[in-house]
Amino acid sequence: MSLLEIRNLDVRHGLLQAVRDLSLSVEKGETIALVGANGAGKTTLLRTIAGAHMPAGGSVVFNGIDITTIPAYRRVGLGVALVPEGRRLFGQMSVEENLVLARSAGRRGDWTVERVLEAFPNLKPRRHAKAGNLSGGEQQATAIGRALMTNPEVLILDEVSLGLSPLAVDRVYASLQSLIGGGTTIILVEQDLRRAMRVADRIVCMLEGRIVLEGKRGEISREQVSEAYFGLGTDKGRVHA
Amino acid sequence: MMIWVNQIVQGILLGGYYAVIACGLSFMFSVMRIINLAHGSLAIVAAFGLYVLADQFGFDPFGALIIVLPAMGVIGWVLQRTILERSQRGGMLVPILSTFGLSIVIDNLLFEHFGADTRSLAPYIDELSWDSWQLTDDISIGKLAAITFVTAVLILGGLQLFLTRTQLGRAIRATAEDPDTVGLIGINARRVNAAAAAIAMLTVGVAGAFLGMRATFDPYAGGPQLIFAFEAAVIGGAGSLWGTLIGGIVLGVAQSIGAQINPQGFLITGHVVFLVVLLARLHVDEIGTRFRKTMRRSA
Repeated sequence: MSLLEIRNLDVRHGLLQAVRDLSLSVEKGETIALVGANGAGKTTLLRTIAGAHMPAGGSVVFNGIDITTIPAYRRVGLGVALVPEGRRLFGQMSVEENLVLARSAGRRGDWTVERVLEAFPNLKPRRHAKAGNLSGGEQQATAIGRALMTNPEVLILDEVSLGLSPLAVDRVYASLQSLIGGGTTIILVEQDLRRAMRVADRIVCMLEGRIVLEGKRGEISREQVSEAYFGLGTDKGRVHA
Repeated sequence: MMIWVNQIVQGILLGGYYAVIACGLSFMFSVMRIINLAHGSLAIVAAFGLYVLADQFGFDPFGALIIVLPAMGVIGWVLQRTILERSQRGGMLVPILSTFGLSIVIDNLLFEHFGADTRSLAPYIDELSWDSWQLTDDISIGKLAAITFVTAVLILGGLQLFLTRTQLGRAIRATAEDPDTVGLIGINARRVNAAAAAIAMLTVGVAGAFLGMRATFDPYAGGPQLIFAFEAAVIGGAGSLWGTLIGGIVLGVAQSIGAQINPQGFLITGHVVFLVVLLARLHVDEIGTRFRKTMRRSA
C-alpha cells in the first residue's frame, strides 16, 4: 500500500480549476519532485494534501486513512507536514519558539530543537533571534525545522529555494540530503530542474492542473521534462518509465 | 502641595483598577482582532453573579470568585464559538455590531431580573471597603485600592508569563500573527481562540469583582466601564499588556487631578487626556514614518 494515495483530485479557487482529475501515489521513503510552470497547480496540490485547501472532488488517502475532509491541524497529527511557500514563520516569535510550537500536534518522534539546530547549524547562533529578523536562508531553515518538529511521515516542501541566494539554496539542500538519506518521504516543488533531477527519485511534471509526465530519475531526460513543462510535447500521455 | 501628591497617588491606584478592566479588552483585541463592546456589560454580569452569591448564599465575594471565574471562562468560550467566530467571518466591523447588540441584550436582561436598584459588594467585605494605611497626615492608601493595584500587576505579569512560557500561550500569539498557518503545524486555531476568549473573560470577572467592591453598579453600569477600559487600552497602546497598566495609570491620574481642579472635572479630564494621546499618537506615527523614510533615503 502506498503511503499517500491521491485519486481523481479536483481543486478549485472559485471559478478557476487549479487541479484537474489528478491521481498520484507516493511510496514510503520516496522523494518526489513536482515541476511545472507557474500556475500549473503545484502549490494548490501541496496545500490540498496538507489540508490548507479543501478539494472539490476526489480523495486523499494517507496511511490507509481517508483524510480528504480532515482539517489541516489534524493531518499534522497524522504525520503530514507542509513547509508553505513564502515560509510563513511567526515573525514576532523567536526561532526556538517557532520550533517548539510545532510540538502542538503531539506526535512522538526524535526531532527536538537540539536536533534541528544540528541539522541546520546556521540557526545555532540565531536561536533566540526573532524569526522576522532572519535572513532568507535562515528563515527557510527554520520553516523546514518547524515542519520536522512535528515528526512527519511525509514532508512537503513548497519552493524551498524561492528568494534564496545560490549559497543558501546549497545549504538547504545539503540538509535535505541527510533527511532523504534517513528515509523521510519528501514531496517537493523545485523550479530548478537540474536540482530537482538530482535529489528526487521520481519527477512529476504538471501542466494546467494535470500530470503530463512522470518518471523515475535516470529514466526520463531533461528534454522530455522541458517539453512537458511548456506543453510542447506531441505525446501528452504520461510516460511510465 | 500635598493635596496634589495625594491626588497623584490616588490616581495611580485608580489606574490599577482601570488596568484590570482594560486588560481583557486589550488582550482580545491583540489576539483575536475583536473589539468587544459587551466588555463592560460582561463585567457587570460578573458583579451581579458575585452579588447573588454573597447576598443569597452568604459567600464572601473573594471566595465566590471560585464559582464566578470559571463561569466567566465558560461564557467566554461559548461567546467565541457562538457569536464572535461567526461574526468575524463577516469582516472586522461585524463583531463590533454583534457585541454592541449583545451588550444591549445583557443590560436589559439584567434590568429585567434585578431592576434598577444600585448594588454594591462593599457591605460583604466588611472593613476592607473603607480601611486604609495612613502614610502621612495627608496621604493614606485604601487597602482595597492597594489590593486592586497589586492584582492588576499580578494579572498582567501572569498573562505575560503565560504568553511567553506556555505552549498554549505561544499558540495564542502565533494564532494572532497568522491564523492560517498555525493549522499547518498542528494547532487548532478555533480552540486556541476560544481559550483566549475564556482567559479574557476571567480578567473581566476579576474586574467585575473590584468594581462591585470599590463602587456601586446597576444593570446599565457596563457602558461607562467599557469607556474607561477602552480609554486605558488606547492610551497604553492597544494590545500591549504593560502599556495597559500605564494607560490605566495615566487615565486614573488625569481623572483625579481633574477632580482636584474642579469637582466636575473628573470625567472630562480623563476624556481630554484620552483624545490628546490619541491625536498625538496619530501625529507621532506620521512623523515617525516620515523620519524612517528620510533615513532610508539617505542610507
